[in-house]
Amino acid sequence: MNVSFFFEVLIGGLLAGVMYSLVALGFVLIYKASGVFNFAQGAMVFLAALTFVSLLERGVNFWLALGVTLAVMVVLGMAIERVVLRPLVNQPPITLFMATIGLTFVLEGLSQAVWGSQPHGLELGIADVPMQWLADSTGMFISQFDLIASGVAAVLVAALALFFQYTRVGRALRAVADDHQAALAVGIPLKNIWAIVWAVAGFVALVAGMLWGARNGVQYALTFIALKALPVLILGGFESILGAIVGGLIIGASEKLAEVYLGPMVGGGIESWFAYVIALLFLLVRPQGLFGEKIIDRV
Amino acid sequence: MKRMTIAVALVAASAFSGTALAQAKEQFVPANFYWVGPYAPGGSGFGGGIIDFMMMINERDGGVNGVKLTWDKCETEYNNARGVECYERQKNKGPTGATVVHPLSTGITYSILEKATADKIPVISMGYGRTDASDGRVFPYIFPLITNYWSQNTAKIKFIGQKEGGMDKLKGKKIVNLYHDSAYGKETIPVLDVQAKKYGFQVTHIAVPHPGNEQQSQWLQIRQIRPDWVILRGWGVMNPTAIKTAARTGFPREKMLGVWWSGAEEDVIPAGDAAKGYYAAAFNLPGTQHPVMKDILKYVYGKGKGEFTDKSRIGSIYHTRGVVAGIITVEAIRTAQAKFGKGKPITGEQMQWGIENLNLDAKRLKELGATDLMQPLKVSCKDHEGGGAVKFMQWDGRAWKVVSDWIPSDQSIVRPMIEESAAQYAKEKGIKPRDC
Amino acid sequence: MLYREAGQFKSTYAADQQIFPIRQDRIAVTLLLLVAFIGVPLFANEYWLSAILVPFLIFALAALGLNILTGYAGQLSLGTAAFMAVGAFMAYNFVLRMPWLGVIPSFILAGLCASAVGIVFGLPSLRIKGFYLAVATLACQFFVLWAIQRIGWFTNNSSTGVITAQTIEILGHTFDTPQSKYLLTLGIVAVLALLAKNLMRSETGRAFMAVRDMDVAASVIGIPMMKTKLLAFAISSFYCGVAGAMYAYTYLGTVEPEAFTLDLSFRILFMIIIGGVGSILGSFLGAAFITLLPIFLNVFFGALSHTFGLDISHAIVSNIELMIFGGLIIFFLIVEPHGLARLWQIAKEKLRLWPFPH
Repeated sequence: MNVSFFFEVLIGGLLAGVMYSLVALGFVLIYKASGVFNFAQGAMVFLAALTFVSLLERGVNFWLALGVTLAVMVVLGMAIERVVLRPLVNQPPITLFMATIGLTFVLEGLSQAVWGSQPHGLELGIADVPMQWLADSTGMFISQFDLIASGVAAVLVAALALFFQYTRVGRALRAVADDHQAALAVGIPLKNIWAIVWAVAGFVALVAGMLWGARNGVQYALTFIALKALPVLILGGFESILGAIVGGLIIGASEKLAEVYLGPMVGGGIESWFAYVIALLFLLVRPQGLFGEKIIDRV
Repeated sequence: MKRMTIAVALVAASAFSGTALAQAKEQFVPANFYWVGPYAPGGSGFGGGIIDFMMMINERDGGVNGVKLTWDKCETEYNNARGVECYERQKNKGPTGATVVHPLSTGITYSILEKATADKIPVISMGYGRTDASDGRVFPYIFPLITNYWSQNTAKIKFIGQKEGGMDKLKGKKIVNLYHDSAYGKETIPVLDVQAKKYGFQVTHIAVPHPGNEQQSQWLQIRQIRPDWVILRGWGVMNPTAIKTAARTGFPREKMLGVWWSGAEEDVIPAGDAAKGYYAAAFNLPGTQHPVMKDILKYVYGKGKGEFTDKSRIGSIYHTRGVVAGIITVEAIRTAQAKFGKGKPITGEQMQWGIENLNLDAKRLKELGATDLMQPLKVSCKDHEGGGAVKFMQWDGRAWKVVSDWIPSDQSIVRPMIEESAAQYAKEKGIKPRDC
Repeated sequence: MLYREAGQFKSTYAADQQIFPIRQDRIAVTLLLLVAFIGVPLFANEYWLSAILVPFLIFALAALGLNILTGYAGQLSLGTAAFMAVGAFMAYNFVLRMPWLGVIPSFILAGLCASAVGIVFGLPSLRIKGFYLAVATLACQFFVLWAIQRIGWFTNNSSTGVITAQTIEILGHTFDTPQSKYLLTLGIVAVLALLAKNLMRSETGRAFMAVRDMDVAASVIGIPMMKTKLLAFAISSFYCGVAGAMYAYTYLGTVEPEAFTLDLSFRILFMIIIGGVGSILGSFLGAAFITLLPIFLNVFFGALSHTFGLDISHAIVSNIELMIFGGLIIFFLIVEPHGLARLWQIAKEKLRLWPFPH
């Protein structure tokens, strides 16, 4: 077995995992704050990236486009809180989940009705090519784009962790996640909190959308990346930011290794289910995910 | 509120009853395409092309020998169930029912294959669908016109041979077939294996799970194999991702060759600069320089009509592909009218005759103003494919450049495989092949 | 006035425990079945039968299967489409390899195969709960499709993985017209729905619901956890498997493994949530909503632009349809978070008092 190739697969997998984590983060944020599994996260990523790239193509300055898109996502977050979530306070999680599915259709239709269905290329000014010096010295092909994406993810996670741990709003968010009614009772303004968290999730969606969009182009298929985040979430735990990152790394690395080394033996294409089997094995040991909160049943 | 509900119910009821006001001088062609979802660029582009062309015929010539072409749009979402619903909804519209159906999805083609045969409505699956339906004896109503997947594939290998400097140079070469893990993607595996044996090259099939937006591991495998060529058999987001990932793993795009569903502007633009040098197959060429395209610009867009609000899409690969579909449809109607009565709407059964006796030679193409937009086409009862040649294009970062002549396919490989596969289908379903 | 149970006395336990204890309900159900079995085939055209009603019935059956698992036994599943795929491809193989068996027994065997797969992937439910359990069924979803595509036996070595369902023949009668296919589908769905309705009123059904409401408490009062959960998976998968077999045989005729993607699983999940979790009727209402509404919107907007000659780009109209569909889902959830079945129940209660509400 070729050692440097093995490491290349491993590192490639870990970096791909970071890209999954970026998407998973958005899910975790909303789940943590409102106990909603937000099916519309993929559509939000799509909407953010499409808005951003469409503005760019109409000649808007990069930073202005970024600012406008961010504003759109914040307004959207507040609108979702007002129209969808507020009437559904205290409903069972499955109902809220379903509401986000309805939201998915609305967002997908909205983004394509406004901006059209054509795919776009997105150039962030980071070349997505293997780093030559690394290839020359070790024979490994690692794209610098991936390294920068990991850096962005790391900064994002650190910022979010600090936000949740040390700010007033962050603590309020965690209280709301625990119990809507109790949080209301101690005077936490539920509607503001939800609007904030959806706006933050919109921001995360924008970052994920830009990075994924620069990688594969901005098109409807961006909504599919939510599927990549699913095993990551389940493995890491729905309410842990750290879990999203660690889960992403484990899933990314193991699915790439499996596809490259086991795949050819059984006909290939095993990536599609391997991530879930890995997640399943972990869950059999820890049923609440790696970093999920342990639920204690009382009768 | 109540009044509105009643109004909604009334409009819907009149639509559901499916009886369009029948006028004698109309020819109805269903427009069952997709305008939403991941594949909307293809669906709206192709649909726009065929409708633009029919509109142009109506505006310029007043229809086909005075018979106006009509159409209704139905959203299939590239979903089999919705496609069947659209087919059933549209099949009895117009004075003579649906003339011909373009499903524009391999899955929907499979789903309506038997229904359409029973209803005597021809299905044209141009460049997609069931390959062995090229055997018209077993599949009288199914027309995978111009070039099917297998034929295209033999042309691709010929093109690679040309690039390598002769078919004998293929010996010992390595080719990777990177395919979308679906019925569509797997369709060419058998024919590639046969060719590999014939020419002595090595072929490795690598599957990309749907939707294909992450291909790191597949390309690492490719890097280990170090192939001379990669054939890309993708669909949707899988195409730009493959091109991008090739760039990330240092594979030269000049050695990547895509199927025609990987070869539209929409497949390379998202990949940005990484797509420069990438080759793709085509059975229709892009551009607005052809006389027929100029007529569309003049008679349709010049009058403020037309399907695209985004004018830059006019003359794109998907658009001209739709125009080619329009040309074939209208010419087949014309052929059928010549036999069954000029200036009269024809039925699906008559249309089947029309397509089967369609002969678009170079002269007719010139009259139509479509020389170089498509290749000559001659369909027969036995051969439901008709053309079989493919051109190749290269992306220069801004537009597709044609880099080859029409490369004919190798029917000595394809035809026996088609007949064998069709015969097996006939046996399974108890169909007695027609005599041709 | 019309819908009142006053004056209907039950004198035996059997009478008290019948499925529809209210006379008006019995009449309504009988009428509905009569219309479905006799009226519809007589008057509906081919479009309604084969493009609307047959898929509606099949999806309703799949939703019913999922509802048994998710709605009654409380185990979330995202693998419905995989169980349907097992049903479709196994039915194909049974008919192909054992033609003497007949179609209906093949369907039943195919359903049982789906049950077996369901039990295997249901095993993790003994340890994993709630949303995390979705991973087991997701693994099933992707693994089953992968296996069907890779192992040639399932598709009779078809190179593309596409199978063509054989003609349905039962007791020498060929089911090839839309009417006969509709009647066959309706018959199977009606029998299975009735069975499900009864099953959910039995000890098994009550055990399911106890597990759903609080599994720890249920095991404390002596409900065997393993047996109950796995039975729920088995029964649910059986329903889905039969639905899948009919999807191939009475609906499309030709199926590819990709027809049973995660997308379909989600759609069926939407059906039960919109229709009503834990309700037989809800499965039907939800299936109607999810399969018919997009078609209705498409037809409606098509007719609208015809009548008024609207000049909007079709791409925008299609996207607006999508938005309205999503908006209506949210609207119904806000109006009634417990699904359409609950709305029906409320309507029934109102009807009891009508026209003299106290």
